[in-house]
Amino acid sequence: MAKITLSNLRHSYAPNPQSADDYALKQIDLDWEDGGAYALLGPSGCGKSTLLNIISGLLVPSEGRILFDDRDVTGLPPDQRNIAQVFQFPVIYDTMSVRDNLAFPLRNRGVEEGRIAQRVAEIARMLDVEDMLDVRASHLSPDNKQKISMGRGLVRDDVNVVMFDEPLTVIDPHLKWKLRSKLKELHQRVRATMIYVTHDQTEALTFADQVVVMQQGEVVQIGTPVELFERPQHTFVGHFIGSPGMNVLPAVQADGRATFQGQPVALEGKITGQGGATELGIRPEFVTFADEGLEARVRKVSDVGRHSVVEAMVGDTAVKAVVEGDVPEQGAAVHLHFAPKHTRLYRDGWIATEVGP
Amino acid sequence: MKTENAKAWFFVLPVLLLVAFNALVPIMTVVNYSVQETFGNNVFFWQGLDWFEQILRSDRFHAALGRQFLFTFLILIIEVPLGIIIALSMPKKGIWVPVCLVLMALPMLIPWNVVGAMWNIFTLPKIGLLGYLMNDVLGIAYDMTQNPLAAWITIIVMDVWHWTSLVVLLAYAGLVSIPDAYYQAAKIDGASPWKVFRYIQLPKLKTVLTIAILLRFMDSFNIYTEVFVLTGGGPGNSTTLLSIDLVKIALGQFDLGPAAAMSLIYFAITLLVSWLFYTLMTKDDAK
Amino acid sequence: MRKRSLIPILYVAFLMLPIYWLVSMSFKTTNEILSGFSLFPQTFTLENYAVIFTTPTWYWGYLNSIFYVSLNTVISVSVALPAAYAFSRYRFLGDKQLFFWLLTNRMAPAAVFALPFFQLYSSVGLFDTHIAVALAHCLFNIPLAVWILEGFMGGVPKELDETAYVDGYSFPRFFVTIFLPTIKAGVGVAAFFCFMFSWVELLLAKTLTAVEAKPIAAEMTKTASSAGYELGLLAAAGTLTIIPGAIVIYFVRNYIAKGFALGRV
Repeated sequence: MAKITLSNLRHSYAPNPQSADDYALKQIDLDWEDGGAYALLGPSGCGKSTLLNIISGLLVPSEGRILFDDRDVTGLPPDQRNIAQVFQFPVIYDTMSVRDNLAFPLRNRGVEEGRIAQRVAEIARMLDVEDMLDVRASHLSPDNKQKISMGRGLVRDDVNVVMFDEPLTVIDPHLKWKLRSKLKELHQRVRATMIYVTHDQTEALTFADQVVVMQQGEVVQIGTPVELFERPQHTFVGHFIGSPGMNVLPAVQADGRATFQGQPVALEGKITGQGGATELGIRPEFVTFADEGLEARVRKVSDVGRHSVVEAMVGDTAVKAVVEGDVPEQGAAVHLHFAPKHTRLYRDGWIATEVGP
Repeated sequence: MKTENAKAWFFVLPVLLLVAFNALVPIMTVVNYSVQETFGNNVFFWQGLDWFEQILRSDRFHAALGRQFLFTFLILIIEVPLGIIIALSMPKKGIWVPVCLVLMALPMLIPWNVVGAMWNIFTLPKIGLLGYLMNDVLGIAYDMTQNPLAAWITIIVMDVWHWTSLVVLLAYAGLVSIPDAYYQAAKIDGASPWKVFRYIQLPKLKTVLTIAILLRFMDSFNIYTEVFVLTGGGPGNSTTLLSIDLVKIALGQFDLGPAAAMSLIYFAITLLVSWLFYTLMTKDDAK
Repeated sequence: MRKRSLIPILYVAFLMLPIYWLVSMSFKTTNEILSGFSLFPQTFTLENYAVIFTTPTWYWGYLNSIFYVSLNTVISVSVALPAAYAFSRYRFLGDKQLFFWLLTNRMAPAAVFALPFFQLYSSVGLFDTHIAVALAHCLFNIPLAVWILEGFMGGVPKELDETAYVDGYSFPRFFVTIFLPTIKAGVGVAAFFCFMFSWVELLLAKTLTAVEAKPIAAEMTKTASSAGYELGLLAAAGTLTIIPGAIVIYFVRNYIAKGFALGRV
């Protein structure tokens, strides 16, 4: 187990990258603490799989270095990095039994048989696959196959990091939560550094202590699930995380204050900087109906179970609000209130208000 | 999944009629001959299973059958591993891959008697490139019209030349379809190249190899034209394979009864061995 | 370049050697061939080709071959299409047995059928016609075409058919305008293999023809035996028989590697 440092990492699949757009990874500087549970979250094509393959050694970055416990491993092949990786589709050795599958990484490294048997038994117990150890791996169901590929990653006790590349993609929905909680439990037991790549916010937020959000080859925010939810550093994070995502509304900055549709809006704290394109960010959870405030007309009400999502028009801009209990009718005239503590200004996408008193 | 539909028979009917016309009538003719004796003039005498007995007991048939099995066995153990090795050493992508595949497929598209003629020209002493190289440059006496061993080596090399590409093409198609994740996982698991082959590539190649081996078995077991054009079954009877012997009996000696009985035995052996191959190669899946 | 790409290079070189020899021979005079060994034609001549293109039995042989091979390809693929569709979509009485029986015909030694075929096609008055050879080759080409097409069709989800029916397509219109374009790679591969096996087969083609529909390859055997050692002419004719195959293979180069792989065993 080790601390992983990515320093000045850039990668391009093009042989001669010209502009920033040629880079799949633009500039990454990151520290992954020893024993942490991390999620790498972002939409398809944001570069998260590229980053993962660079850490595992399947790709050599165009620029920059990777350090495991301050040792440079940038040039090392995957088998010398002591890492484990679980792929999107279960990769198992079809012709072997489950037991041989689990023992495979150890046998390849010349571990003695007694030790192998002990480790395999341990891992099988953790994964609840003890009763299928002698089954041919090709006969397993997809979720069990994926368990075995995870097991192959965990069976070595000297791994620096275990990486998961969207491991639940092919798993049936009703089994997903089971495997997810299994993973969480495994992390608490083995305390290995784990990196979990996904585009699904629920998976990321339930698994990880720290979530790294990526967009277009850049890291936009690193934080705990609560931090990402409460104080997105970038409108992308606000929009991508949460359901529905944060309201991002066009705003005008004047005299140290922000106005939306011509009306002043109270913010969490002081505005920093000048110029650029400014927007307001407020989560639907913090939009309430009030007797006075922004005038709006209800356009759509959708009942999503425990609460309702109300979409109201302020001028020509739609604002969403999450409402528990009674909801106004469609077409009704209402007043909206933004909780100041959770209302922020963003400049060119990045946060531009200070934390208030 | 599939729906029950009796009308589907109408879809199959044209195929059924055409193949039946080509298969059933001739097979019936063969069966008919196989149990009768004729001296021409369309006069037939009931012969029972005498021809079958005679064929099954004849040394000539045993010898031809033995040669046939030896030939098929040799080309299978050469072509299948060689084809796999070549497919494994081809790059997965690249501008040269399609060029290579086209060149490799070329021998399979040459009419079979041209293949025989081409190898004849190629191996002639003094005139052929191979014949010249062996006799005049390397000083190895090589003349397949005189020496049975030389004749055997020549027909084997010819068949390897002609058909190994089929195994290459099939195996290559199988290899390309293996997702990258398997190779990456194997790298991370620290697997050696041999283990990658044994536990990833070979299992994934099983389906295509089954097809390749079956096709190579059927076609090599039925081989006639190439060998006939090249050696005529000689020197002596040393390269008289089953088909060549059959045609000699049927058209050369016009012994229709024995030829028909031999045809049926021949066909039955082909079916039986194909079925055995198929069952053996797919038995793991059934478990 | 990696060391192991040497293996395919050596293999291709091995494949090309006899072909090179055939082509090189076709440009030599008979005198040069018989007088001794030469790696390249010393006196380059087109005389052998001139003979082929001016002698009717030669060039007709060439046309005959192309004619019956094309005919066979069209027949095989067009009857195999509905049958393969039925095998891939429906269950019906005896479907598995029928499929297996079809495949067994691929295993029949051509030598077994030579004589009965001669009698059969003589008795229906088709002896020495193109259609006779085209029909006879259906024996092994139809099973193959059904096999390949069934594999490709199996890869097309059934939902495609159902959606089309819901959208009000009749079966023939669906089959021609939607289904066929979806599996056109399969049709190409099936046609390629039919062309190939019909083009290279000679035993049946020779047995079923005498003059009118005689294939070029059969004409070559005659030359080799009767006219003594006309090796240059033989080589030129052989070279010409490689060309159609080479053209056809060029068109399917991207599919050929997938052809059989998609069929089922």
